[in-house]
Amino acid sequence: MEQNRIAELKEIARQIRVGIIEAVYSAKSGHPGGSLSMADILTYMYYEEMNVDPANPADPKRDRFVLSKGHCSPVLYSTLAHKGFFPVEDLKTFRKSDSYLQGHPDLKKVPGVDMSSGSLGQGLSVACGMALSAKLDKADNRVYAVLGDGESEEGQIWEAAMFAAHYNLDNLCAILDWNGLQIDGPVAEVIGPAPFDTKFEAFGWNVVMADAHDFDSIEAAFANAKSTKGKPTIIIAKSIKGKGVSFMENNVAWHGAAPNAEQYEIAINDLKA
Amino acid sequence: MADMIATRDAYGKALVELGAEKDNIVVLDADLAAATKTGMFKKAYPDRFFDCGIAENNMMGVAVGLSLTGKIPFASTFAMFAAGRSFDQVRNSIGYPHANVKIGATHGGITVGEDGATHQCNEDFALMRTIPGMTVMCAADAVEARLMVKAAAEMEGPVYMRFGRMAVPTLFDDDYKFEIGRGVRLVEGDDVSIIANGVEVSEALQAAEMLKAEGINASVVNMATIKPIDRELVIEEAKRCGCIVTCEEHSVIGGLGGAVAEVVCETVPVPVLRLGVEDCFGRSGPAKELLSLFGLDAKAICAKAKEAVALKK
Repeated sequence: MEQNRIAELKEIARQIRVGIIEAVYSAKSGHPGGSLSMADILTYMYYEEMNVDPANPADPKRDRFVLSKGHCSPVLYSTLAHKGFFPVEDLKTFRKSDSYLQGHPDLKKVPGVDMSSGSLGQGLSVACGMALSAKLDKADNRVYAVLGDGESEEGQIWEAAMFAAHYNLDNLCAILDWNGLQIDGPVAEVIGPAPFDTKFEAFGWNVVMADAHDFDSIEAAFANAKSTKGKPTIIIAKSIKGKGVSFMENNVAWHGAAPNAEQYEIAINDLKA
Repeated sequence: MADMIATRDAYGKALVELGAEKDNIVVLDADLAAATKTGMFKKAYPDRFFDCGIAENNMMGVAVGLSLTGKIPFASTFAMFAAGRSFDQVRNSIGYPHANVKIGATHGGITVGEDGATHQCNEDFALMRTIPGMTVMCAADAVEARLMVKAAAEMEGPVYMRFGRMAVPTLFDDDYKFEIGRGVRLVEGDDVSIIANGVEVSEALQAAEMLKAEGINASVVNMATIKPIDRELVIEEAKRCGCIVTCEEHSVIGGLGGAVAEVVCETVPVPVLRLGVEDCFGRSGPAKELLSLFGLDAKAICAKAKEAVALKK
């Protein structure tokens, strides 16, 4: 990717991260860690990869996105807001009782949200249905789903993995946020769902490894997914939970907690251009 | 003797009819196509049938994805797995986004028969009824089942339909009018109102005959839609008859009996006796025999109706 474009995407991702912090700080609750870890991936998806139009969020020909790990709504909302689906200012209403920005994404309320999610393990199945539908229509739109590494402990993820491979859903691309931490601690210590690569390969998927914070690596992974025919692709994106905010990085305490005023200042300072 | 047809057979046939009428009808199953009768659709429209394997939770999600992209999916498995195993998927992935998914759940209730308790779902009306925006229905015969499937495809929003394994008498003729959310009074009477659905409708009709011989005029209502319940009709029955007996092949907790009692006690408080599976699991046995064993046959309805009449002030 050209250096100029990388710089532009980095700046967008920085603003999206600021939006995440603003939203969680205003709400005094939410999930910053796994939102910050996916900020670069979502930036790439919404600004480079996906065919979506904020002026026509319900376009039937659009690509679809399912945030299967719905608790990371801040990264989705911030990305959608910066892309122009709704005002960035509204991020400050996140999780408030009069806001359309619910704690977990609600497709009925938020422009640009393609699926309501929150109960873990369910989004990949929905993405499978969308991809199957596009195949039935012989349409060329693509479907994307972001999963958590902890979320992959849910059995339904593997039911969906079986389904996607059986029906040759090569228009489906899953992204696994491999940040290594879940609420109860390191994923490897809680129950140890890894290795993800050989598991998904065994289920019949095309597996691509990527650095979730390197736009060249991200670009190569999505290009690989698009050019792979006959099977679905999963991008196993090695990431840093809390990426970009010094005290949140690789710290499980920030899975689902909001910064106080002092911590908020540090976070905003860390994210200065 | 009326034709004996299981409502699951009518479901399968109706899907084939719908498939011819609309190209956006798709059918999903979880390795039970022969039993749920979606196999008929599979044969007629193989390109629009998708077996999900024994993975009901994924099936519900796939149905949602299809519905959000312009298809009308019918997802089928046994009631136990549709409403029981997949409750969270039905609530969060189908109910919360108000997805246009139609769940065709077969093998509801104890008339599953020999397979026994693990497969006899007596809780589905109660579970499905608690989900906001969910339409919950149970067909009494093959005619009604067919019309129900057609009506479900015409409406926007999630629908749960229960069909039975056991062959039941065909009660209605071709001019039978079916409307979602409307009960139908099949027998006029003022002494006691028997409100039933599913296999219990034919038992209730027999019970009304038996009661008549004893000088009790029972009204019989077929309440195929459990949610939204036909409040007006329930209130009318309560006012006119002064007591109600509900009959369903479902737990006495939370199903049709619960729905009727909720309306009655908040509007026209009169005795409501709930006939259903008491707070217990089912068991193996021939379906018809189980209906008697669990106190769901015409004789049991008669006894309950007399109890209700005795409670009237």
